[in-house]
Amino acid sequence: MSKRLFVTFSVLVIASMLLAACGGGGGAAKTLKIVSSLPMTGANLVISQAIVNAEILRLEQAGGTACDGKYTVIYEAWDDASAALGKWDPAVETENANKAAADPTIIAYLGTYNSGAAKLSIPILNGAGPLVMISPANTYPGLTHAAAGLTDPDEPDKYYPSGERNYARVAATDDYQGSVDANLMVSLGIKTLYIVDDNELYGKGVADSVNQKAAALGINVIAQEGYDTKAADYKALMTKISTSNAGGPPDAIFIGAVVDNNVAQVLKDKVAIMGDNETVKFIGPDAIYTGALIEGAGADVAEGVYASAPGLAFKDLGEVGKKFLADYTARFGGATKEPYAVLGFDTMGAALKAIEDVCAAGGDPTNRKAVRDAVFAIKDYDGALGKWSFDANGDITLLWFVVGKVTGGQFVEFGSFLP
Amino acid sequence: MKSFFRRFMRPIIAILVIYLVFLLGPIAGLDFPIIVGRIQESPKMLVQFLIIGLANGAIVAIIALGYTMVYGIIELINFAHGDVYMIGVFTALSTLSVTGALTTNNPVHLVLGIVAALVVAMIVCASLNVGIERLAYRRLRNAPRLAALISAIGMSFIVENIGLIWAAQSWLVPSFGTTGGGAQKSFPDLLSKIMISLNLDPNLLASTGLGLRFTIKDLLVIVLASILMIGLRFFIQNTRLGKAMRATAQNRDAAKMMGINIDRVISITFLIGGGLAGAAGLMAGLYNNTAWWFMGFRAGIQAFTAAVLGGIGNITGAMLGGFLIGLLAAFSDGYMDARWTNLWVFAVLVLILIFRPTGLLGEQVGEKA
Repeated sequence: MSKRLFVTFSVLVIASMLLAACGGGGGAAKTLKIVSSLPMTGANLVISQAIVNAEILRLEQAGGTACDGKYTVIYEAWDDASAALGKWDPAVETENANKAAADPTIIAYLGTYNSGAAKLSIPILNGAGPLVMISPANTYPGLTHAAAGLTDPDEPDKYYPSGERNYARVAATDDYQGSVDANLMVSLGIKTLYIVDDNELYGKGVADSVNQKAAALGINVIAQEGYDTKAADYKALMTKISTSNAGGPPDAIFIGAVVDNNVAQVLKDKVAIMGDNETVKFIGPDAIYTGALIEGAGADVAEGVYASAPGLAFKDLGEVGKKFLADYTARFGGATKEPYAVLGFDTMGAALKAIEDVCAAGGDPTNRKAVRDAVFAIKDYDGALGKWSFDANGDITLLWFVVGKVTGGQFVEFGSFLP
Repeated sequence: MKSFFRRFMRPIIAILVIYLVFLLGPIAGLDFPIIVGRIQESPKMLVQFLIIGLANGAIVAIIALGYTMVYGIIELINFAHGDVYMIGVFTALSTLSVTGALTTNNPVHLVLGIVAALVVAMIVCASLNVGIERLAYRRLRNAPRLAALISAIGMSFIVENIGLIWAAQSWLVPSFGTTGGGAQKSFPDLLSKIMISLNLDPNLLASTGLGLRFTIKDLLVIVLASILMIGLRFFIQNTRLGKAMRATAQNRDAAKMMGINIDRVISITFLIGGGLAGAAGLMAGLYNNTAWWFMGFRAGIQAFTAAVLGGIGNITGAMLGGFLIGLLAAFSDGYMDARWTNLWVFAVLVLILIFRPTGLLGEQVGEKA
């Protein structure tokens, strides 16, 4: 090594050591970090960005601090999708969870969006404190509770190796969503149904649930079939479905899938082969209740699509919820139409409330276990969704779902429903 | 002992694979009585699946030509080729947007817009492909084969990311909207629009009362693909340049000694391959109505499979392979379980490669080098 290079190198090393020392000590307010892990590459960006915006807004309203300014709260929005997959990536989600587990300043992990991703990160964070996870969006029931015929026998215990729960969610689950969708189908006069799913934990799970509940209500479920999420088109599949009901098309098609799994293409080919969404109805779960579907399929093709999502219709929101929508519009220069924004707001709200509760009880909010206990103890919280609590499983006690229909190029609320 | 293996290994593997297919087939939807029953019940549907398979296969075949030509001449798998096709889709969509064809209802304007999109997409993709060769492959021509291959994978990622950025430029195409580059974008169904504006049914068989669907989209894809394939075949067989390409593919050094400018011939190969990919891009956009930055990956894998299936390096083989894959996928979607379509496509590939390692129409290409 040349002398000059050696000198430069030594100076850099010493400087970095000094910097590190400064960073560790001093400073009046301690830092608490909250991270979210949501798919922010691909079609899901629209939903994830709405959630992230709502979380930023909630933290800003708390002034970015907690416990009367004793702690500075920092929020980072992590992406768990990769460009290579164009949707959530198991490798990235695992990496995010490991990164969060290793950073002691992180006291809450707000995520995930995809139930399949939660399945990977819950056990990792379960062994790290446990670090509490609050999901704004996971709806697969098996993550928190067993549902007959829909979850595996060893669920949900297999996700919690320490035996202690560390996962809560503000989204009502698919065992209820299936009932809401089945009720909707009955009210639309649907007699025969064809179900397709994307083979993922969430997509197949919600499809199974709809299958079960629709059959129970006397709807004839012709078949449930997985589709190839990367295929160029689905004309052959749709041609098959168009004659599946004794030579004719079924009354409706339900798709259990996240929007980044090529749902727009499925919809396009369905409309090309079987006609518009009044002739053969197209119904989907929360993960297609987003403007990204309409943009991908085109407004004329998407017209008439129904979708349900956990939460309340915006018009049925209470005072806190209405104020949130107004604040969102003012802060981000445009109103949101994504139902998940409301859930994102309450996710951050729950995390901040837990921190405050720990302080109020004289505890230490840098202690992950204390924060986790406080999250599970949240009762009658006054959130944007209304007054809600977490039950012992970490599920939200509000079971409302909003149903929307695409009208004139956007989802228009149809109403709020209980299962 | 060794000769015993050499002699019987292939049949043994083949029997194993066939056994597995029949053992596991029913799980993946291969249930002969049901399939035969459904064909007898409605032979019309079989024709319908043939039409869908042919149109999809034509697009795969056109992309496959690019793989097979490049392989034939420099023995390189140009992994970026599928992504060049994706750029073709975006170029076509942007051209249509710039020429105002996306918003008009005037059939003449629409037709002119589509022709312009075809020309621009072919030019852009041809130049891109030549640029990729010049930048990433030419210097590595005498390096170990692996270096060029890795370079090709790298180019594939670079081109994909260009697509990702492109798909976010809503000033260029307003319908890209605000969802960012990652989401699938709508490629409007302009062909049906032309038919409707002329008061015609987009389904050309609607008036026959057969209940079959053969739309203007199927027609355009099949006709355009046939013209391109016949044109390419004529070019390769009957022109001086085509002759030079064949000579270079046969023996590069000998061709050089005969006074053929090898660099130029290789550049022209990439030029033609890229132009075909651009045309395939417009066809796929009009046919499937989606533009997505990642669509080149799957199309590339399918086209590469088609090229291998038909015999890599063989142009007729690539066309045949493309059509076979399209038909097989449509048949599997239609009569078996859509979940397993890829399994069947690749099972057939494995079977054919066991019995005919050179592909269906393959020549022995491994001898030089």
